[in-house]
Amino acid sequence: MEIGFEIVEVGSVVNEPYEGGGKLSMHMHAVPLAETAAERGSVRPMVRFRNIRKSFGELEVLKGVDLDILPGEKVAVIGPSGSGKTTLGRLLMTLEEPTSGTIEVDGEYLWHMEKRGKLVRADEKHLHRMRSKIGMVFQHFNLFPHMTILRNVTEAPIRVLRMRRNEAERLALEMLDKVGLADKRDNYPSQLSGGEKQRVAIARALVMKPQVMIFDEVTSALDPELVGEVLAVIKEIAADGKMTMLLITHEMEFARDVADRVIFIADGRIVEQGPPSRIFTQPESERLQSFLGRFRAYRAGR
Amino acid sequence: MIEVYFEKIVPLMLRGVPMTVLLMLYGTLLAAVLSFVFGLARLSRFAAVRGTASVLVELIRGTSLIVQLFWIYYALPHLGVELPKLPAAVIAIGVNYGAYGSEIVRSAILAVPREQREAAIALNFNSYQRMRHIIVPQALPRMLPPFGNLQVELLKGTALAYFIGLGEVFYRTMTQLNYYLYLLVPIFTGLLVIYFALSQLVLLLYRWAERRLAAGRM
Ligand SMILES: Nc1ncnc2c1ncn2[C@@H]1O[C@H](COP(=O)(O)OP(=O)(O)O)[C@@H](O)[C@H]1O
Ligand SMILES: [Mg+2]
Repeated sequence: MEIGFEIVEVGSVVNEPYEGGGKLSMHMHAVPLAETAAERGSVRPMVRFRNIRKSFGELEVLKGVDLDILPGEKVAVIGPSGSGKTTLGRLLMTLEEPTSGTIEVDGEYLWHMEKRGKLVRADEKHLHRMRSKIGMVFQHFNLFPHMTILRNVTEAPIRVLRMRRNEAERLALEMLDKVGLADKRDNYPSQLSGGEKQRVAIARALVMKPQVMIFDEVTSALDPELVGEVLAVIKEIAADGKMTMLLITHEMEFARDVADRVIFIADGRIVEQGPPSRIFTQPESERLQSFLGRFRAYRAGR
Repeated sequence: MIEVYFEKIVPLMLRGVPMTVLLMLYGTLLAAVLSFVFGLARLSRFAAVRGTASVLVELIRGTSLIVQLFWIYYALPHLGVELPKLPAAVIAIGVNYGAYGSEIVRSAILAVPREQREAAIALNFNSYQRMRHIIVPQALPRMLPPFGNLQVELLKGTALAYFIGLGEVFYRTMTQLNYYLYLLVPIFTGLLVIYFALSQLVLLLYRWAERRLAAGRM
């Protein structure tokens, strides 16, 4: 799938400076979102980070991130450890709230909602509605240890989507089959290898049919020989094309093969971005050059 | 002497067992419910709920069971609420041990890894569903052993109902003592045996429940 990177450059979508500080409505864009998209005359982004900042106490982890992700686009996020990659994903999954800035998903604010013409902090109901569009696969799988593999996958469709049990099981087995684990349906997570657990976690997220899926270093907790099976599953999902994907990864070859665009984050900022063909062969910034250099040295030494 | 003890006194003492067990069961039921109510309230995202629950728990823990029992049975009627002996004892015991149990519920829930909650959010479970289907089922096995200990405490605490004249084991025994003071040692020894046997029964039940819960996830 080919997507024009040129039209979504960093910072190009920020129409007004964000003054920071105040948490809510005062600095929000009052422009209706649909209009903005029409104005730009292009496809509306599926995800749009605007001047996102996030601090934990004194530590500012994200220092103003602007990022548009188009529908169906596969964006890989690379960068040194501690640069804020996971935090970016967690903000999108609503596991952390931005200190300032806005996130839009499918044309709607994620952390804010409109109330009597003003933008206010989103309530649980709004978050619940928005979350139905977003899914996440975690570095450490986070399967539910008290449930069988099948229950892990059917629980959310049954409880959240109110699907009938047999319907949910049919769908779950379809997904488990896709990740090659239908025969483990009655096992418990503790009986599976790391790679198998992660594939179940992927099936569990897929079954909810999110429009946007976040993969946060899904192979970095795995033994090297198990990495391949998980990446293969993700490649297959990516090949389906429709799902928008945010792939936080340190697997450079995987990023090169799957991503439409690679984002390099360092120190809480997007330092460089572009198609993988360019990012990996002609890095412009010194930061990226040294990051990739260190990475190659590490690979060579292994 | 021995005959009197085994043929008259022990059977009369044992007649109190059903009442002790009944008081324990009702008291446990109320304590279990209140453990969850207070325990969950103390984890609420609303500060007012958390505060109220904490204050209540501290108030209850900071006043003795016997005083609470007397207050419910003797003071409350003056305020227009007259309770029979058993409900009065059940409430005093349930509220008291419920306050202690809330700490067990609270810490067991806090011990469930944060990631479990986050995985549930990512799957769009609402806060009730997260608690009910993801967090509490994982916290439950952690609660059982301390709950077992607390229930034994509760069982022993039922003896305090003697002071409002509820006919449980301790009360029945004390009335026998009026007639057979010379058998004081065997009578009190018998009492030890009865409470010990009941405690062991309770603990046995908990071990069985723990095994069953553990068997579910292998
Ligand atoms: N909940 C938190 N509280 C405090 N500091 C945090 C928290 N989450 C992340 N951080 C810090 O933010 C920085 C960025 O973390 P993270 O987003 O996980 O980086 P990355 O995924 O790129 O390695 C790190 O210094 C980390 O210690
Ligand atoms: Mg990370």
